[in-house]
Amino acid sequence: MLAEVLLLARKDLRIEWRAKVALGQVAPLTLLIVVIFAFALDANAPLLELGAGGLYWVAILYGGTLLTQRSFELETEDGNFDGFRMSSMKVHSLFLGKALALFVQICLLEIVLGPAILLFYDVQVANWALLVTAGVAGTMAFSVCGVLWGVMAAGLRVRTTLLPLLLVPVLAPVLLAGSRAFETALGVRADAGWSWTSLMFVISAVHTVVGLGAFGFLLEES
Amino acid sequence: MSGGTNSTEMTATPATRVLGVSAVAATALMILLGLVISPADVVQGEAVRMLYLHVPSIWIAYGSFVLTSFSSLLFLARSKRRPDGGRHYDRLAGSAAEIGVLFTAITLITGMLWGKVTWGTYWQWDARLTTTVLLFVTYLGYLALRRLPVDPMVRGRRAAVMALISFINVPIVHYSVDWWRTLHQKASLSVGRRPEITGEMYWTLLYSVLTVTIIAAWLTVHRYRVIRLEELRDEETLEQLISSRRNEETADTAEPGDTI
Amino acid sequence: MSAVVEFEDVVAVTGSFPVLTGVDVSVNEGEIVLVRGENGAGKTSFLRACAGLLRVSAGSARVLGFDMRVDRRTPRRYIGLLGHENNLYRDLWAKEHVEFRAAAGGGPKSDAEAALAKVGFPSTLWSVPISALSAGQRRKVAIASVIATRPRLWLLDEPHAALDAESRTNLNSVLREAASAGATVVFASHESALSKELSSRVITLQGGRVAGDSGAS
Repeated sequence: MLAEVLLLARKDLRIEWRAKVALGQVAPLTLLIVVIFAFALDANAPLLELGAGGLYWVAILYGGTLLTQRSFELETEDGNFDGFRMSSMKVHSLFLGKALALFVQICLLEIVLGPAILLFYDVQVANWALLVTAGVAGTMAFSVCGVLWGVMAAGLRVRTTLLPLLLVPVLAPVLLAGSRAFETALGVRADAGWSWTSLMFVISAVHTVVGLGAFGFLLEES
Repeated sequence: MSGGTNSTEMTATPATRVLGVSAVAATALMILLGLVISPADVVQGEAVRMLYLHVPSIWIAYGSFVLTSFSSLLFLARSKRRPDGGRHYDRLAGSAAEIGVLFTAITLITGMLWGKVTWGTYWQWDARLTTTVLLFVTYLGYLALRRLPVDPMVRGRRAAVMALISFINVPIVHYSVDWWRTLHQKASLSVGRRPEITGEMYWTLLYSVLTVTIIAAWLTVHRYRVIRLEELRDEETLEQLISSRRNEETADTAEPGDTI
Repeated sequence: MSAVVEFEDVVAVTGSFPVLTGVDVSVNEGEIVLVRGENGAGKTSFLRACAGLLRVSAGSARVLGFDMRVDRRTPRRYIGLLGHENNLYRDLWAKEHVEFRAAAGGGPKSDAEAALAKVGFPSTLWSVPISALSAGQRRKVAIASVIATRPRLWLLDEPHAALDAESRTNLNSVLREAASAGATVVFASHESALSKELSSRVITLQGGRVAGDSGAS
């Protein structure tokens, strides 16, 4: 099964490498969001420093939703959803392969976004280990949920508007936990950063289990 | 209820007419009890009367979503084995979710009004309020998914999966928001705790719960039957389409040049 | 000879329209079957029902021995479907795409080069993004992707479309070769001369049902 997961993920990442949608379009867009937040908060330096953790995750929520959209756009353009379903890969491999590729792409986004926030909002990292672990935990939760809802909206004519409506409420706890964990890691709140991080791991585990069970139900179009 | 109704003209049966009449009568008494007979609260004043609608609504809202999740689970588990695809579970899930969304909205509105009077603000970021508003948006999304014009079985399966995930997500959301902050007063009717509401107020609240449950049951039954009628209409149209397509074939078979 | 496709009174619906209204057909191993009919007669839907992509809502359907109303996922690994659309990842290179499809179909990646050569896809274009290829070349990549999965049942929707004369003849010989090796080919087409020459049997669909069958017993 691992071979199938890697095969599918490698295919998605190769397409990203060729088309440069995550790096060339979505990453610059999240950078813009960072700038726009500064406009909205009147470039208030103490406020930006306080809010950096939360703003980071809001930007990721937006960029990640676009990447989820894109991930299933690939599988549906040119009637491709048929090809996706006709493959002899196991349903679980399809789910995990798409999730892995999405995880890597959101990580790419974060590698661009993270330093930008540090620079623009002038924040200091108090705990690197927590920052990275929380980032990984949140991204895992995001990619698992993204694939689950991405396939749910795939093939529907209204998918571009439906996907965010379905995805954001489910990701709300991740956003909450990620923001609190980052605030601890950035030293603006002496809070249980590691507990929030564990909560994100729990959320990803729960949705992985549900996703493995439910993906087969969501795959068929008739 | 799950058997559906044979009537193709109306959604009422004698039983549901009785249910409807009792809902109206019970509502009249509830208004009398809640607004006139029961006293104002020592602390909360007249605002306590809002709770007679607020508390039953939240009970119905959560109860409906539990019903939606339960029927969705049965739909996914049974749909392959039943000749009709187990669609009555799908219908029940859909109608319960509609009632749930309606009563979640009532909960939020009455809660905010009550909060304005008691706390001096419409909104507090506390665990139950925040969870409820997220629940509201989640099930609005669920209803949006149900409205899509796709194959009914596909829609049913996707909606059922979404209902289950949303249900699993409720404790996660509640736990995380609760952890984040808690301000709300304790649950009003929970067992084992000294009731803060006593005497006439307690009985009025209990009676309101009963009344609103009857109203919700009545609405759910009718929504279920309306959905069933819509499906019957679609099935009839489909049968007509099938037979007209078959007829078009018999008219054309005689054409020369078709045999090879 | 065993039956590969056994349909009895199969009804299928998309949206709220009955695309198949009671199809009775049985296709045996090694046959090359042409499915013809006017636009909207149900050709594409018939192929999709065979592939398990379209749910059978009434009647009985067995494909490669699998009951399609119980399990329509397992037989897909033995089925190659060339749809109306090409099902191509436009950003991949031609060879990468066929390699992916071969591997996703459970076969070795090395099948890709042979498959591309078989359809006459020039090796100079192997490392060109699919989005830069012409319509005919894309069709060839799509056909090669089906060949590379070594299907036991080939379902082809307008396989000759967009191909030039030489490639069409070439495709016919590829399909004949597959059939003589024991595979079954069912294809829908409007191109009558080439298709009749290729097929061992012709099924005519009309109004979502079989209106004529040259191989019916």
